Amino acid sequence: MKERELRGLIGKVKAGKLSRRGFVQAMMAVGIGAPAASQILLSSGVAMAQSPSTYKPTKRGGGGPLKLLWWQGPTLLNPHFAVGTKDQDGSRLFYEPLAAWDPDGNLKPKLAAEIPTKENGGLSADGLTVTWKLKQGVTWHDGKPFTADDVVFNWEYAKDPATAAYTIASYQDVMVEKVDPYTVTVKFKKPTPFWADAFVGTRGMLIPKHLFADYIGAKSRDAPTNLKPVGTGPYMFKDFKPGDLVTGVMNPNYHQANKPFFDTVEMKGGGDAVSAARAVLQTGEFDFAWNLQVEDEILQRLEKGGKGSVSITPGGNIEFLLMNTTDPWTEVDGERASLKTKHPTLSDPEVRKAVALLVDNKSIQDHIYGRTGPATRNFLYGPARFDSKNNPIEFNVDKANDILEKAGWKKGADGIRAKDGKKLKFVYQTSINQPRQKTQAIIKQAAQKAGIDIELKSVTASVFFSSDVANPDTYTKFYTDLEMYTTTMGQPDPGTHMLQFVSWEAATKDNKWQGRNITRWQSPEADKLYRETEVELDPVKRAASFIKMNDLAIQNQIVMGIVQRPTVSAKAAKLNCNISGWDNNTSDLSDWFKDA
Amino acid sequence: MALVSAFALAVILFAVLAGPFIWRVPINEIDFAAKLQGPSWKHPLGTDDLGQDLLSRLIYGGRISIAVGFAAMVVAIFFGVLVGAIAGMSSGRVDAALMWVTDLFLSLPQLPLLLLVIYLFREPVKGVLGVEGGAFVLIVAVIGGTRWMSAARLVRAQFLSLREKEFVEAARALGASRLRQVTQHILPNALGPVIVVATIDVAAAIIAESTLSFLGLGFPSDVPTWGSVLRDAKDYLDIAPHWALFPGALIFITVLAINFIGDGLRDALDPRRVL
Amino acid sequence: MQVHRVSRQYVIRKLLIMIPSLLGISVVLFSLLALAPGDPFDELATNPAVPPEVRAALRAKFGLDDPVWMRYWHWLIALLQGDWGFSFVSRMDVSTLIMQRLPVTLIVIGASQILAIAIAIPVGVLAATRPYSLFDQVANTFAFIGFSLPTFFTGLVLILVFSIQLDWLPFVYRADIAATGWAFYWEHIKQSIMPVTVLGLFQGAALVRFVRSSVLDVIRLDYVTTARSKGIGERKVITRHVVRTALIPVVTLVALQMPIVFSGAIVTEQIFRVPGIGSLLISSMLANDTPVVMGVTFVSACLVVIFNLIADILYGWLDPRIAFR
Repeated sequence: MKERELRGLIGKVKAGKLSRRGFVQAMMAVGIGAPAASQILLSSGVAMAQSPSTYKPTKRGGGGPLKLLWWQGPTLLNPHFAVGTKDQDGSRLFYEPLAAWDPDGNLKPKLAAEIPTKENGGLSADGLTVTWKLKQGVTWHDGKPFTADDVVFNWEYAKDPATAAYTIASYQDVMVEKVDPYTVTVKFKKPTPFWADAFVGTRGMLIPKHLFADYIGAKSRDAPTNLKPVGTGPYMFKDFKPGDLVTGVMNPNYHQANKPFFDTVEMKGGGDAVSAARAVLQTGEFDFAWNLQVEDEILQRLEKGGKGSVSITPGGNIEFLLMNTTDPWTEVDGERASLKTKHPTLSDPEVRKAVALLVDNKSIQDHIYGRTGPATRNFLYGPARFDSKNNPIEFNVDKANDILEKAGWKKGADGIRAKDGKKLKFVYQTSINQPRQKTQAIIKQAAQKAGIDIELKSVTASVFFSSDVANPDTYTKFYTDLEMYTTTMGQPDPGTHMLQFVSWEAATKDNKWQGRNITRWQSPEADKLYRETEVELDPVKRAASFIKMNDLAIQNQIVMGIVQRPTVSAKAAKLNCNISGWDNNTSDLSDWFKDA
Repeated sequence: MALVSAFALAVILFAVLAGPFIWRVPINEIDFAAKLQGPSWKHPLGTDDLGQDLLSRLIYGGRISIAVGFAAMVVAIFFGVLVGAIAGMSSGRVDAALMWVTDLFLSLPQLPLLLLVIYLFREPVKGVLGVEGGAFVLIVAVIGGTRWMSAARLVRAQFLSLREKEFVEAARALGASRLRQVTQHILPNALGPVIVVATIDVAAAIIAESTLSFLGLGFPSDVPTWGSVLRDAKDYLDIAPHWALFPGALIFITVLAINFIGDGLRDALDPRRVL
Repeated sequence: MQVHRVSRQYVIRKLLIMIPSLLGISVVLFSLLALAPGDPFDELATNPAVPPEVRAALRAKFGLDDPVWMRYWHWLIALLQGDWGFSFVSRMDVSTLIMQRLPVTLIVIGASQILAIAIAIPVGVLAATRPYSLFDQVANTFAFIGFSLPTFFTGLVLILVFSIQLDWLPFVYRADIAATGWAFYWEHIKQSIMPVTVLGLFQGAALVRFVRSSVLDVIRLDYVTTARSKGIGERKVITRHVVRTALIPVVTLVALQMPIVFSGAIVTEQIFRVPGIGSLLISSMLANDTPVVMGVTFVSACLVVIFNLIADILYGWLDPRIAFR
C-alpha cells in the first residue's frame, strides 16, 4: 500500500466515510497490526474508538466464583517482576495500568480518566510529551487514595537498575512528572511515535507508593507486599501459593459501577494444556483455561462436550522457520556460525528457494494447528485474513526439484542431491512440543522427495530457550542449518519484532548471543529501512518501511512464516469475556460476567 | 507358563526383526487422508494423527524398545548385583562406602543430571556412533546408571541374611572360598528379588526411553518407539483408542513374557528346589 | 541380649557417619546443579525489554557470580542457621514454599504408599503360598499391568472413565476447599481417590511381585522344611518363619520408596494438578530455581539416608542372625 493511498484512507475515516474498524482491517491486510493501525489514526488526529460496552449485570457481585485454569500457575505477583505472561496475568487480578489494549488494538482507560489525544491536549504536537489525566476517587484495596504520586513512584521504582524490575525498559528513558494530584506527564528525550508504553498494558500495572516506598532499589525483594498484592483492581487478594493457586475476593469499592460480577476469583495452576481444556470443555469444572497449545483436532472433539467453547484471539505471534546464513559446522575464533562464514549450501539462493517451496503451510494448518494456527508466509502479519500478493504460500515439490536440478544439484546414489561434493543435508532443530515435532515430520518428508536429507533435532524447551552461553543447543546460537520457534510480539509495535533483520543485532559470541537477529542475515537494505523507522515520526511512512522490511526477508527466504499463533483459550458456555491479543488474558477481568 | 511366554516373546522378537521385510509400509509415510483410522486391511493396527501406519511404526519401534529395555536392564542389574554382592559380603568400610554411593545416586535429581549428560556427551557420542547409535548408548547408560541402586540394596540385604544361613556356614566350614560361597550358594538363592527387579527394569526402561526423548536425550522425534507412540497417543485416547492400545498391549505382553521366563529360569536353576 | 547391645552401638555409629555422608552428598548435589546447563534469569536474557544491567544486578543480588565453592559455603552456613535459601523465581523463602506443599504431598503420597503396602503384602504372601493357582495368576496379571503401563497412561484412563464418562470424581485437585465439616472431608476424599489409586497401583504392583518372590524363595529354604517337619502348624510356619525372613527384600524396597512421600510423584501430580512437592521440584528445575531444587533434593537425600539406615536396623530385627560388624 502506497503512502498516498493510506492518507486517502485516513481522510475517509476523518470524514466518517470509513469506519475505524474498516480502516484497521485494511491496515491488517497490508501487514500492520491493529495497535499500529490505531496509532496511525491517533497520530493523525482521529480519536480512539471506545468499543461499546457489552457488560450487562446491573449490580456488583452475586456471580459466584470465577474459576480460572492456567496450566502454568503464577509464581510471583509483583507486576514489575513478572517476566512471564502467567505472572502478569496473575498480577492483573489485583493491579491495573492507566490503560489497557482492547482486542482491536485500541486503548481502553483503566486508571486514566481518558486516553490522551491531540484534541484533548494529551499528546503534544512534537511527539515529546504525553499528559495523562487520572481517574479521581479511586482507592487502593487498603482504602488509601490513588493519586499522581503513585504513578510517579512506579516510574522511580522501575527505572532504578538496583530494583531489577523487568519493566525497566519502558521507564528508564522517559521523565515522569506530577502536574497536579490527578495529572502526570511523560516526557521523551526524542520524538516518539509509539508513546503508549509506560503505564500501559502488560508492563503498565501500578503498585501503591505507600506500601513499596521503603523497598525501592536493592531492598526490593524484601517487600511483604510482593507476595500480598494491594492494588486497585476488581478483586482483592486473599491467598497465594506460587505455581499452584491465587485466590481473590470481590473489591466492594471498585472504581467502576456494578463491577465486578463475580464474588470470588481463583486461578489454579499446574498440569498440561490438554487436560486444562478438558476441565473447561468436557467436565465444566473450570470457567476459563489459558493458552491452549493443543492440536485443533483434539479441541474440536472436546468442544462437542457442549460445556464450553474455544475462543481464538488474533495477535502478532508467529511460528516461523529460520535458515542459517552462516556456517554452523565450522568454528572460527571459538564460535560456530560466525559472521565470517557463509553457509556452505544455503548461501545458494536457489537452494533457499527450493526449501521454501517444500514448506507445506497449508497442510500444517489443516492437520496440526487448525484454527489455532492460520497459515502465513509473513513474519510480520495482521490478525486473520492476511492476503499479501507479495508473499503467497507456495508448496510445490516438483518445482523445488526443478530449481535444484537447474542449479546443478544432482541426485546421488543415495537419493540426496549434491554439488561440488557438498550434499544437501540439513539439521533442523526446534523445541520439544508435539505440534512442532509433527511440523518437522511434514517438512522432512517433503524435503526427502526433493532429494534433501533433513535430520530432526529437538531440544527440551528449558534449554532451547535459555541464554546459557555454554550450551550449544540454544535457539539464539542456532548451531544448525534450520530452526523453528514462535516469536512473540508482546509489544504492540513492530519495533522490536523487526530487529530480527538488522545486521547489528546478529547473535554472536561478542554479545553472548543476545542479539535479536538469529539468522545473522546482513542486509544493508534492511538496515536502512530499520533506521528510517527509528527516526520517522510519520506513522504512515514508518509502517511502509516495516512492510518492505518484512517482504525483503521473506523474499530472500531468510525466514518464513509457518503459521500465526493467536491466543487460544477455552471458556465456559455462559462466560462472557473479552480477550485481547495485545494485552494480558486477564486485562479486562472487571468486565467478565456469566449469563444467567 | 514359561514355555508359553518364551513362545510369545519369540513371536514378538521375530515380528520386530523380520517384520520390515514382510510388512513394507514405510514408518514415516504421511497420509492425511487416512489419519486416526482404526484397524483395517490397509493399516492392520490403524494410523496415527499424521496418517502414518502404526503396524510398521510399532515393528520398527519394537526393535528399539526391546533392545533398550534389555540392554538397560542388563546394565542396571550387572552394576546392582556387583555393588550389592560386594557390599553384602564385606562389611564395615567397604559396605559403608558402597552404600554411600548408592544413597548418593538415589538422591541425585534426575532432570539436571540428564541435562548435564546431554550437554556433556550428546554431541561427542553422536560424533562417534551416529545419531541413532549414539542415542542408544546414551539412553542405555542413563537408564542403567540411574536404576541400579534398588538391585544393589536388595542384593545386599539378601546377602546379609543368606551368608549367615546354615548351608552357607556349612560350605564355609568345608573350606569353600569366598567366591565359591557367593557363586554357588548365596547368589542363586538371592536371585528371586533380582529377577523381579530385572523385569520391572525392562518395563521401566521402555517407558523411560520415551520420557528421555521428551527431554531431547532419546531418539530423534521421528523415530517411533513403543514408549513414544504410547505417549503421543495419550491425548487421543478417547478419539482413537487403538493408537494407545497396541503399544500399551505390546509393552505389557513383553514384560509379562519376560517375567514368566524369569520365573521359569529361577525354578529351573534353583539349586535347592523342594518341589 | 548380645544382639541388642551390638545393634545399639551400630545405630549410634551409623548416625555419626550420617553427618559426613550427608555433607558429601550435598557437595555433589550442589556441584551437579551448578554444572547443569541453564540459568535462573534466562527468561530475562531472551526478553528484549530487559536490559543486560538488570540481569547483572539480579545475578549479583542473588550471589550467582561467586565461584561455586563459595556459593556452597554460603548455602551450608545458612542451612546450619536454619535458612533454606530464597527462591529466585518466587522471591520467597524456600522453606515457606516447601511447607505450603508438604501437607498435600504427605496426604496423597502417604495414602497411596499405605494403600500399596496394605494390599501388596497380604496379596503377595497369599499368591506365594499357592503358586500358579488362579489367585496367583490374577494377582500377577494386575501387578504386570501396574508396572508395565506408565502412570501418565493409567491416570488418563481413570480421568476419562470416572470424570468424563461417569462424572463421578473431579480431576483437578484443589488444596483449599471452601466447604466445611463433613463436606470438606468428603470433597478431599473424592479428589484424592484417583491420584492415590494410580500411585498405589504403580507402587503396589512392584511390591506384590517382590513379596511373592521372596516368600517363594524362603518357603524353599531348608529350615522351613525343617520347621515343617518338626510339626509346627502350617499357618504358624508361614507367619513366624517365612514372612519374617521374606520381609527383608520388602523392607528394602519400602525403604527405597519412602523418600518419595516427601519428594512427591512428578507425573501423577502433574496429571491431577496435585500441588505437591514433586510439581514444585519439576517447575523449579525447569526454571533453574536452584535454591528450591537444592532444598527439596537435600531433604529427600536425608530421607534416603535415614530410611536406608532404618532398613538396615530392621534387617537385624527380622533376622537376628544378621550381625553388623
